[in-house]
Amino acid sequence: MTWLWNNLGLVLGLTADHARLSAIPILVGFAASLPLGWFASRFPAARAILLSVFGILFTIPSLALFVSLPAVLGTRILDDANVIVALSIYAIAMMLRGATDAFSSVSNDVLQSATAVGYASASRFWTVQLPLAGPVLLATLRVVSVSTVSLLSVAALIGKGGLGYLFTNGYQRDFPEEIIIGIVFTLLIALVFDLILVTIGRILLPWSRRDPRAARSGLNSLIGSFRHSSAGPGA
Amino acid sequence: MNFFAAAFAYIFDGTHWTEVNGIGQRLVEHLLFTGVSVGIAAVIAVPLGLAIGHTGRGRAFVIALTSAARALPTFGFLLFIVLLAGLGLAPLVAVLVVLAIPPLLAGVYAGIEAVDRQPIDAARAIGMSEWQILGRVEVPLGVPLMVGGLRSAVLQVIATATIAAYVAQGGLGRYLIEGLARRDFMLAIVGAILVAALALAVDGILAVVQKLVDPRGVSRRPARPTNTRFRRPSRSSEATRTLITEG
Repeated sequence: MTWLWNNLGLVLGLTADHARLSAIPILVGFAASLPLGWFASRFPAARAILLSVFGILFTIPSLALFVSLPAVLGTRILDDANVIVALSIYAIAMMLRGATDAFSSVSNDVLQSATAVGYASASRFWTVQLPLAGPVLLATLRVVSVSTVSLLSVAALIGKGGLGYLFTNGYQRDFPEEIIIGIVFTLLIALVFDLILVTIGRILLPWSRRDPRAARSGLNSLIGSFRHSSAGPGA
Repeated sequence: MNFFAAAFAYIFDGTHWTEVNGIGQRLVEHLLFTGVSVGIAAVIAVPLGLAIGHTGRGRAFVIALTSAARALPTFGFLLFIVLLAGLGLAPLVAVLVVLAIPPLLAGVYAGIEAVDRQPIDAARAIGMSEWQILGRVEVPLGVPLMVGGLRSAVLQVIATATIAAYVAQGGLGRYLIEGLARRDFMLAIVGAILVAALALAVDGILAVVQKLVDPRGVSRRPARPTNTRFRRPSRSSEATRTLITEG
């Protein structure tokens, strides 16, 4: 533990870096999946195309994507953009499936009733369909958040991995404690992000606590992920 | 994009496949790491998953294990174990096995959990033993989801075996690691292309397998009975409905 106190500045700096580099892709993934997921839930052809394109991108191991992106985007290897774009692609791929199913899960009867009582299509989306899709969206977003925080550390191999630096540095110096501290702080970030998401969910979706679907979401997202085979790179 | 052109030229040059430490050898190493690790993991995870799925005991354990595995930074875990256990094939395979178990276990368990209760109850009613129910009803109906878990595990191991090249002298990840270490960007791209191609090819094959093992006559969306009055609410009818809608 003395190492941690002596290097607290370094660890906290890397933690801030890690939080920033993983928060952006999580937000991008969420924001992009709303229009894409809505689109895919409306049009079966769009659904097939979007899900297979992101399914293929999702299959690519992260290190391969981190290394290829500079050549594709014209960025330099140490730019933040490489890591952010790569993790955003994974985040969208994970989020898109959930968002599509979330929007499709809103019953057609409800949507038609909303139209019947006078909602225009835009306000129907924001005030009826989106809130009803909320619990499923939140459950998916929590999975995306945890996975993104954990995946980022691989980018230490290209010098941009936030706390992943402690893994490579600890290994080179033959110092396991440093690696453990890196793992613990990564888990702490994932935990804090999850608490933030749950709190936002409690505020925005106060009814979802009694929603049995949300209560079972751990099991269902598990089953669903194998049903749809959205198997992703864990590394 | 010049790097890609050069990298493809490198890959399509046959001599790079046959040389010592060439693409052919690295590919075989990568496939061996993956096959052995997933094989060992399956020996552990499949019986356990069948037991949990059939009895329904230990559900919370599977969900907790899967969530924990998702949160664990694999790269840090890998380097930590190698530092403690030393550099060798055994610690490396052990790490890959540990990482392959959660998706396999969850897939096998989820496959059985998602089977409708009605055919299971029917099988019990006509006098099948628990082993027969497992072997003739639950496994055949659940096997597509189990292959889904296998796909997940295989991709996880292929990806982790790639970053394991940071400490191990084998696998296609060597091209990536050496390319990055020598600042030979073309070589790193060669590794990226090969690893991505391997992952896509293996996942594609398993996707076909997943389609083939789907039992004929089982539709993905079970038809709703017109008269639902006598339908006993069951744990899996709700699970099946929400898994279709939720993903």
